Amino acid sequence: MNPFVIHNGLVAPLDRVNVDTDAIIPKQFLKRIERSGFGQFLFYEWRFAVDGSTIDSFILNTPEYKDSTILLARNNFGCGSSREHAPWALMDYGFRAVIAPSFADIFYNNCFKNGILPITLSEEQVDELFNRAQGKKDYHLTVDLQEQVVRDSEGLSYPFEVDSYRRYCLLNGLDDIGITLQYENKIAAYEANRR
Amino acid sequence: MKARTMFEKIWDNHAIHEEAGKPSLLYIDLHLVHEVTSPQAFEGLRLAGRKVRRPELTFATMDHNVPTADRFNVADPISRQQMETLTENCKEFGITLADLNSPDQGIVHVIGPELGLTHPGKTIVCGDSHTSTHGAFGALAFGIGTSEVEHVLATQCLQQLKPKTMEVRVNGDLPFGVSAKDLILAIIAKYGTDFATGYVVEYTGAAIRNLTMEERMTVCNMTIEGGARAGLIAPDQTTFDYLKGKRFVPQGEDFLAAVGAWKQLCTDEGAQYDTCVEIDASQIAPQVTWGTSPGMGTNITSTVPDPESFETTAQRKAAQDALAYMDLTPGTPMSEIKIDRVFIGSCTNGRIEDLRKAAEVAKGRKVSPSVHAMVVPGSQAVKQLAEQEGLHLVFQEAGFDWRESGCSMCLAMNPDILSEGERCASTSNRNFEGRQGRGGRTHLVSPEMAAAAAIAGHFVDVREWKSENASKEVFQ
Repeated sequence: MNPFVIHNGLVAPLDRVNVDTDAIIPKQFLKRIERSGFGQFLFYEWRFAVDGSTIDSFILNTPEYKDSTILLARNNFGCGSSREHAPWALMDYGFRAVIAPSFADIFYNNCFKNGILPITLSEEQVDELFNRAQGKKDYHLTVDLQEQVVRDSEGLSYPFEVDSYRRYCLLNGLDDIGITLQYENKIAAYEANRR
Repeated sequence: MKARTMFEKIWDNHAIHEEAGKPSLLYIDLHLVHEVTSPQAFEGLRLAGRKVRRPELTFATMDHNVPTADRFNVADPISRQQMETLTENCKEFGITLADLNSPDQGIVHVIGPELGLTHPGKTIVCGDSHTSTHGAFGALAFGIGTSEVEHVLATQCLQQLKPKTMEVRVNGDLPFGVSAKDLILAIIAKYGTDFATGYVVEYTGAAIRNLTMEERMTVCNMTIEGGARAGLIAPDQTTFDYLKGKRFVPQGEDFLAAVGAWKQLCTDEGAQYDTCVEIDASQIAPQVTWGTSPGMGTNITSTVPDPESFETTAQRKAAQDALAYMDLTPGTPMSEIKIDRVFIGSCTNGRIEDLRKAAEVAKGRKVSPSVHAMVVPGSQAVKQLAEQEGLHLVFQEAGFDWRESGCSMCLAMNPDILSEGERCASTSNRNFEGRQGRGGRTHLVSPEMAAAAAIAGHFVDVREWKSENASKEVFQ
């Protein structure tokens, strides 16, 4: 997994609550047996009409947001299915961080396994970021996992909480399985005890 | 010893390693696998040269892609490849697979309990959010992503941060004609789709004790739609009676010993939950969702809400967007909403009791000419039992399409899919935009409500149909 330390990028404001993983990556694209190549299908039914033409009004289709790498969203982002195809699609499309007032549990966890940083801020803070991002089209944020802070160039600075262990793994790009296998003796002892 | 909740007991029994500031290492007793969320996990094992640590604690089936009309004729080559990939992976790694030829095949959360793989006190995971279903037995069961599927395959463990605990106490009893589906929809409508995020919910109270195992599964199944990590219901005689004699349940004296151990799992008197909510079951009416989130639901006797009636700007906007997508007008009585399709099935409501309840409503009546209604049993075993009982004939005579088992139109990965603009009464669990097909409009209801809607062509209050004195003329 790629480490995540600090990232500066263009912010795309997606002003909807309860964005579910069916919207992030519709089921017809879950049939692939690889981890890669899902970015082209991200938010597919919001980006493309039935005839395949581009829906110009959708935020990610507006030219100003073509290169966005930070997604700003509302409550309960990533609810629904456990499909890890959702963070795979976000990552493959180019997003490195998602900022929202709350995330669904499984999606939140899946992000950390794939080098995407989900950041929880208060509703008021997210409102302020929406104001700023919707106010000017090239609104950039710096997301600093080392310092646990979100900053813009106008002096805004929001500290955020993240579990210390998840932070450690993401900063170092660590593979969970490798870490768990360090406890092989304990796992084996537990199994021996229960057989 | 300190009084503990059921969750804490199961957690303590499985925490192999705990260290301040780190997630716990939790041992997993049962890993269920299906074709959609596993291929990348097996590929990861191959790339790292790893084996499946405990293939005998792993059980696989194919359910999401399976066609329900002619199951052996998988027209979509990518669907077929995904199922073939599972077959090859199970063979390579030594995992038992209930494939399309197996009488055990079915939706993963239907077959786990019916085979007796699901026991009280187990830790159960699957790359599927509705794994919460198994909590009905007092198992700690939750959905995981594909990276975690790979992790469990390789280590039989998961790194887990300890969730908080919430008690949802359901007092009183469900009124006549009101189902477990209505109960969980009403809970989510009242508290919202993220009320339980970060929590394991334990359901307690008289109404829960009076539920059958299948009804408890419906409640725990949709607990994920309230954001919870898992739902739990303490095992009792209802649980033990259900499990007795199932294939993978201990038999004879071993069963008695197991029951003794299972009884110890219940939450101790005086144990503290992190938070508690209480609701009165006797006030609940049959539910119908009107929006694009499972929390957007109301009573059948109510009307489509006015977005302006919601408290926050975000809620008002969400309701406006939802009504636009659903093509509904505020103030319309729920019972006047006409439907085109009916789907009875899924891991929420595809079990034998669900089919019996739907058949009871359908018996002697006819599906409205403007409606296409399908019944998709949750498993081959459910299908076989239903056919022994003659339920398929009841459905077929009424004009329902009787299908083979699978996830089907719950998520429409197979050919069962809504067309743009079609409106469906569905016994499944998610009414998200496009979930059942692009532009499709999903209303979540109970099996009884779905069957009644199929016949009437619009939603109806099934309590009226069920009452003894109801005369058929009124409804046709």
